[in-house]
Amino acid sequence: MENSPDPAPPLLEVRGISKSFGAVRALQEVDFTLRAGEIHALLGENGAGKSTLIKVITGVFPRDAGIVRLGGDDIAPRSAKAAVAAGIATVYQEVNLLPNLSVAQNLFLDRQPMRFGIVREGEMRRRAKALLADFGLNIDVAAPLGSYSVAIQHVTAIARAVDLSARVLILDEPTASLDRHEVEILFGIMRQLATRGIGIVFVSHFLDQVYEISDRITVLRNGRLVGERETASLPRLELIRMMLGRELAETTSTRASTGEHRAREVCASFENYGKAGYVTPFNLELRHGEVVGLAGLLGSGRTETARLVFGAERADGGQARVEGAPVRLQSPRDGVRHGFGYCPEERKTDGIVAELTVRENIVLALQAKRGLHRPLSRREQDEIARRYVKMLDIRPADPERPVGLLSGGNQQKVLLARWLATSPRLLVLDEPTRGIDVGAHAEIIRLIRELCDDGLALLVISSELDEIVTYSDRVVVLRDRAHVEDLAGEAIDVGNILAAIAADAATVALEAHT
Amino acid sequence: MTALLPRRGLAQILALIVILAVDRVVSPQFFDLRLQDGRLFGSVIDVLNRGTPVALLSLGMVLVIATRGIDLSVGAVMAIAGAIAASLADSHGLPVVLAAALGAGLVCGLWNGFLVAVLGMQPIVATLILMVAGRGIAQLITEGRIVTFSSPDLVWLGNGAVLGLPVPVAIALCMLILTGVVVRGSALGLLIEATGGNARASELAGVGTRAMILAVYVWCGVCAALAGVIAAADIMGADANNAGLWLELDAILAVVIGGTSLFGGRFSLVLAVLGALIIQTMNTGILLSGYPPEFNLLVKAVVVLAVLLLQSPKLTGFAGIVARLRRTKA
Repeated sequence: MENSPDPAPPLLEVRGISKSFGAVRALQEVDFTLRAGEIHALLGENGAGKSTLIKVITGVFPRDAGIVRLGGDDIAPRSAKAAVAAGIATVYQEVNLLPNLSVAQNLFLDRQPMRFGIVREGEMRRRAKALLADFGLNIDVAAPLGSYSVAIQHVTAIARAVDLSARVLILDEPTASLDRHEVEILFGIMRQLATRGIGIVFVSHFLDQVYEISDRITVLRNGRLVGERETASLPRLELIRMMLGRELAETTSTRASTGEHRAREVCASFENYGKAGYVTPFNLELRHGEVVGLAGLLGSGRTETARLVFGAERADGGQARVEGAPVRLQSPRDGVRHGFGYCPEERKTDGIVAELTVRENIVLALQAKRGLHRPLSRREQDEIARRYVKMLDIRPADPERPVGLLSGGNQQKVLLARWLATSPRLLVLDEPTRGIDVGAHAEIIRLIRELCDDGLALLVISSELDEIVTYSDRVVVLRDRAHVEDLAGEAIDVGNILAAIAADAATVALEAHT
Repeated sequence: MTALLPRRGLAQILALIVILAVDRVVSPQFFDLRLQDGRLFGSVIDVLNRGTPVALLSLGMVLVIATRGIDLSVGAVMAIAGAIAASLADSHGLPVVLAAALGAGLVCGLWNGFLVAVLGMQPIVATLILMVAGRGIAQLITEGRIVTFSSPDLVWLGNGAVLGLPVPVAIALCMLILTGVVVRGSALGLLIEATGGNARASELAGVGTRAMILAVYVWCGVCAALAGVIAAADIMGADANNAGLWLELDAILAVVIGGTSLFGGRFSLVLAVLGALIIQTMNTGILLSGYPPEFNLLVKAVVVLAVLLLQSPKLTGFAGIVARLRRTKA
């Protein structure tokens, strides 16, 4: 039946879903269609809207607009539990089960077989064993779930979800913590479930696995639907372009003109710098007045490179130099001492101190750099805060407001201010424009250019290729935790970056260019 | 210096005034003072004097809690310091006695700080170790006996007077000022608040979060040791079993009453000490009223509940909405 999908109504139909968080539009009129018996990959970079879409479908977030139909009927679950009752089950990357309870108890949590108000342990175990046997799993169901591998925990979660009469199964990054063999087991189970007519949504950033398992692919980018394709007829380069880039023709003209960058002085350099299991050793030169963009897919080693450069992670080999002199970067403090600054990707957990004021957040790094015994007087703090609030147009322009009450874009500016106040020589920005509204987005890009013109060295990570192309003097492309390409000058364009990211398709891209 | 006494202290000051007023009702001579042998006497002075150990503990505890930690061992550290001071008092001069006792507190603080900051243990578990072991150490020092002493120097520390004030009160006041100057006069206060508010972010901003955490536990240990010496001097003896027993809970309570959240971040030294005074004012009031002291625990429980309710995000969120509505109307 699943071979003739067109006449049958789709299993799950999502039309025109929109969702905003404050000023940030997380989803804009997104459509998504899942057929019975198919494995459908949902792809996009961080912040593309995958998780939001799943949470809207499963009722974790209320939607602002749009409809969700399951088997032709409109549904509007108000909670994850209601979604499960309707037939949509979700298994998250972090398994939401109780590791201290037995496998059987987890499988039948909340619906244990009872007699006279007492749980029938024997009956429950027998049924649990039978259920898992369907998944080719023969384990002791009386043992605590936590004593098994993550893979088995995943299978248990899936078994529970399917047994709760799921028609749609959503797997959010299920393979992230599995080894190759475990992935095989999981894929076997997914295929088996698909033949039973269950529709599976597979969220992953492992493209190899997507090509191995999925029938169709839907790509989101910046909260919008980019497209839906048959996996078999979608070349990898095309897929990456859908995830990262705009159409080629549109981007080539937007890049700022850059010239004579080769003549600039080296600010910091890294030779054979790396850490086993983290990033393959790389060579990197960062010059004054130059922006180096780091491009690559999620998990390609971009953030890891940034953390090594700043000193947030210790390298196990190689040599770092600042203005030519060898240095050791063992901790963020070392990085700060050498005049580095780092705006991390996760603003809330790694960046701001939410309950402290804008003023205190701005002076924090400078104060840490000066040390305990040289405190900034309140007047100096006020002065610094006022200067940067004005310079970066932080709103509201109240230095005494707790920074947690500001919007994402303004928090990002506060973090920029924190580092600018230390008069750094090198700034590392990890996804500086993620999750902030359009106006602030443009401002931050303008700021990056201005800072660079003032002689700062910048290392900028972004998933927005057209953005990287706009401000970068050089672009380093990463793949599988290694630096694979170094583009400069005229060579910087979205096509070349995409080609470098999609290794297999590189030759295809070259042919297309010639 | 405005940072020492922020606007948010209003609730605590009101609470203290209310409790003082109640005390005045149950004991009409509550505010009577008389000068005798160069030292003031009266219920209010008694409150200050009796409140000194917890006030000293709360000075260290508030910094620990500001880093999102907790120190359960302060009562045991008091016992250790008291035992050391009592054992040495009759054979050594006061400077040696003080140095030994406070040094022991410093070592205890280093131990706690090492477990929390370097080994990354959860503060409640890490300090539980010394809470249990510390009392044992104190008993080993006193060999299980109550060690008494008659050294006039040490007795003066517990019972003497300076400018009419009992020496313990004067010491506590000096420690409050010293801590205030060190913490707010340097960048320590900001860096501690940043560490407690978001340790990961502070670390990435170049703050030496480990050093901060180590420092606050050390200071907490020193404060506890000083409280222990004063407690021993007060009774002219060291009782390893009972010195400082359960006072860690009073110290935590004082900090919480003082408005510092157990989730770390913003703290106020003055309000923590005020919290200690509020607790002692309640204790003294109940004693004076003639109710059985057991009643004390119930009243404390009610006060804790009231304070925690006032701090709960839901209630404060509600209050915030009300305040905002008022502001928009104005």
